[in-house]
Amino acid sequence: MWSSFKRWFHQWGSPKWFYERSLVWSRWLGLIALLCIPTSIIWGLFFAPADYQQGNSFRIIYLHVPAAVLAQSCYVLMAIAGLVGLVWKMKVADVVLKSAAPIGASFCFLALFTGAVWGKPTWGTWWVWDARLTSMLILLFLYFGVIALESAIQDTITAAKAAAILCLVSVVNIPIIKYSVDVWNTLHQPATFKLTEKPAMPMEMWLPLLIMTIGIYAFFGYVLFLRSRNEIIERERRTLWVRELVERESVA
Amino acid sequence: MSFASFSDIIHMGGHGFYVWLAYGVGFAILGYNLVAPKMKRNALKKRLSQQLKREKLAK
Repeated sequence: MWSSFKRWFHQWGSPKWFYERSLVWSRWLGLIALLCIPTSIIWGLFFAPADYQQGNSFRIIYLHVPAAVLAQSCYVLMAIAGLVGLVWKMKVADVVLKSAAPIGASFCFLALFTGAVWGKPTWGTWWVWDARLTSMLILLFLYFGVIALESAIQDTITAAKAAAILCLVSVVNIPIIKYSVDVWNTLHQPATFKLTEKPAMPMEMWLPLLIMTIGIYAFFGYVLFLRSRNEIIERERRTLWVRELVERESVA
Repeated sequence: MSFASFSDIIHMGGHGFYVWLAYGVGFAILGYNLVAPKMKRNALKKRLSQQLKREKLAK
């Protein structure tokens, strides 16, 4: 039991193993994303009933909530990868942290942007400096910080360490975002997804949101592996297996 | 379908601008996340295979 766990854990230390496995995972994730995202967008945009208070502007929820949930999960993933990279010096963890940052940043921006566009017809304003919105803006700047650190430091090992420490320290912002709507007075409504309660929305509104969230997670995995494979090739370019891979692919 | 006509879909009961702006940016971001790594991949492949060729010539 322990030895098989150790072997499983050590596999993750091999960029080559990760590269090859991720090709298989990517195929499944891509398929899930390709099924879920168009289904839920068509369902949410055209078939879900209009909200009795917000009218059709509520349809922005199908982008806003999944993007916001993903932007936060992505940062937690980066902090975990940072910890693993620091403690066990795992190259794959460094690669994942670096590759996840621009994706998370783009979804964090999307959450903020769709929030502003939704806020205008609903709250009458594009932006308020309340707890939820401000802590989410800080998350975007933290993403920029990680990206800047990774690109400013030439040495990959030092860059990975610096980014990992930044992620570990600043992941404290995630619970602040999460509980900001409960703790402080805010215009923002409380969480849409709750594990312990039934959703406050009717099923035909809620189901496309769930499917979209699954689709966005799958999409995130897919593009994360795309970027990770690039990063692995770049870092391992002097190894034999990457040389052979490049040779094979340049012939094809 | 919760809309009667195509122009209803565009109009979205007066919220068309907001809904379509949000979805436009949403699609742009999904597209960026797909295209950027694929372009990087092609550039990387080209650079590395040229490097390999040069090394072979030098031998």
